Amino acid sequence: MAMLDVKNIHKSYDDNEILRGVSFTMEKEETKVIIGPSGTGKSTLLRCINQLSPPDAGEVWLDGEEITNPATNINKIREKIGFVFQDFNLFTHLTALRNVSIGLEKVKGMEKETARKRAMDELCRVGLDAQTKQYPAQLSGGQKQRVGIARALAMDPDIILFDEPTSALDPELIGDVLDVMKSLCGKVAMLVVTHEMGFARNVADEIIFMEGGVIVESGPPKEMFTNAKTQRAKEFLGRIGALYGGG
Amino acid sequence: MTTDFAQFFIDSSPDLINGLGYTLLLTFISIAAGFFLGILLALGRVYGNKIINGLCVGYIEIIRGTPLLVQLFIIYFGLPAIGIIFTPIQAALIGLSINSGAYQAEYLRGAIQSVEAGQMTAARSLGMNKLQSIRHVVLPQALRIAIPSWSNEFIYLLQYSSIAYIIQVTELTAEGKFIAAHTFRYLEIFTMIAIIYLVLTIVSSEIIDRIAKRLSIPGVGAAKGIGQRNT
Repeated sequence: MAMLDVKNIHKSYDDNEILRGVSFTMEKEETKVIIGPSGTGKSTLLRCINQLSPPDAGEVWLDGEEITNPATNINKIREKIGFVFQDFNLFTHLTALRNVSIGLEKVKGMEKETARKRAMDELCRVGLDAQTKQYPAQLSGGQKQRVGIARALAMDPDIILFDEPTSALDPELIGDVLDVMKSLCGKVAMLVVTHEMGFARNVADEIIFMEGGVIVESGPPKEMFTNAKTQRAKEFLGRIGALYGGG
Repeated sequence: MTTDFAQFFIDSSPDLINGLGYTLLLTFISIAAGFFLGILLALGRVYGNKIINGLCVGYIEIIRGTPLLVQLFIIYFGLPAIGIIFTPIQAALIGLSINSGAYQAEYLRGAIQSVEAGQMTAARSLGMNKLQSIRHVVLPQALRIAIPSWSNEFIYLLQYSSIAYIIQVTELTAEGKFIAAHTFRYLEIFTMIAIIYLVLTIVSSEIIDRIAKRLSIPGVGAAKGIGQRNT
């Protein structure tokens, strides 16, 4: 049984059907990258998975538990699903350290000191040992996003959903964030929406190409980049590869 | 003339201090009670369902849409008709609190709504429930944002507590009226009282300012932009 099983997800906003039946599975510690033109429902799909915006139809299963069932305690489930946002969404009134430790204290019920130590470890892991006492407004974008990743990691999730984690960053800051993400590869499952083709090619176990609210094609990076079956995937990968580089 | 004034001041001071005590009591109790009421109303307006939101809007509109003086008259002179009797100070405390609550609710609602939606989203995605998210993430930011308008409300309440004299609360203004009625020295006594209000206002806004500075965090509320670095 797959760790994450997404079955036939549909989601509309008003009369606009964003997702038209999306299904895929993920195994433990697997990394999958979702690519596709903007407005195609990639971010919506992530939000449907952790129920930030519950799907209209379809099911999401995590570890054999149906998340989409209204009887499920969604707060318990969200502990197991980390989320990293495009615009960081760090808690602006808390230091980097408190941003990471607050979930441990308030959600996991950890003691303050234990939570602090754990948060410290996570911040070290993403290379921010010197920034623990700074507030989000005092951090650069790349640092903010690494705090965001540390915040998600600290909860010991089964999977982390990344919603275009580098899109709001200046080009020279993207590398630090991608390096942190690469270092997580094989330690926690990652589902990443991104335009970073280098990351997709080198790190992903599978690339999922979405367009018009459906998965058009998916497969291992090598196959997708050199030998995509559908014309649309070929075109898109060619175009985006030229823009964002393959390195 | 100066010695005469000094003597008058000394003679009046016990009454004035007595009045000042009531003024401060009215102000502090009402601002605090109004604050808790205001938070509940503001949360009800932002996060409540249609019914709760409707009740909160109704309360706020009725209170803000009628004069404080009329509210005090209803509480003190009106309610005894249906068997509810308050002492003057009780009536004034209740009136000022429910009145201030409505105004504070609107300040707080504005502050809560100015906290970015992503803050709630991030809290929920960590696994916090709605109440935890409000308590640990939204409110600490909203309250900081609300301090400047809250400071206004405090000063307003400090001065408008004088209206309580009409229902026989012997606060500062009432004491002045009393002294003046016996001595006919209206100019001196009310100048003195004006100075007392002025000093109270300046001191309290300075204190609130210092509290605001101490609580300020780079990137939150009034301090937004300070210490901001380019991303």
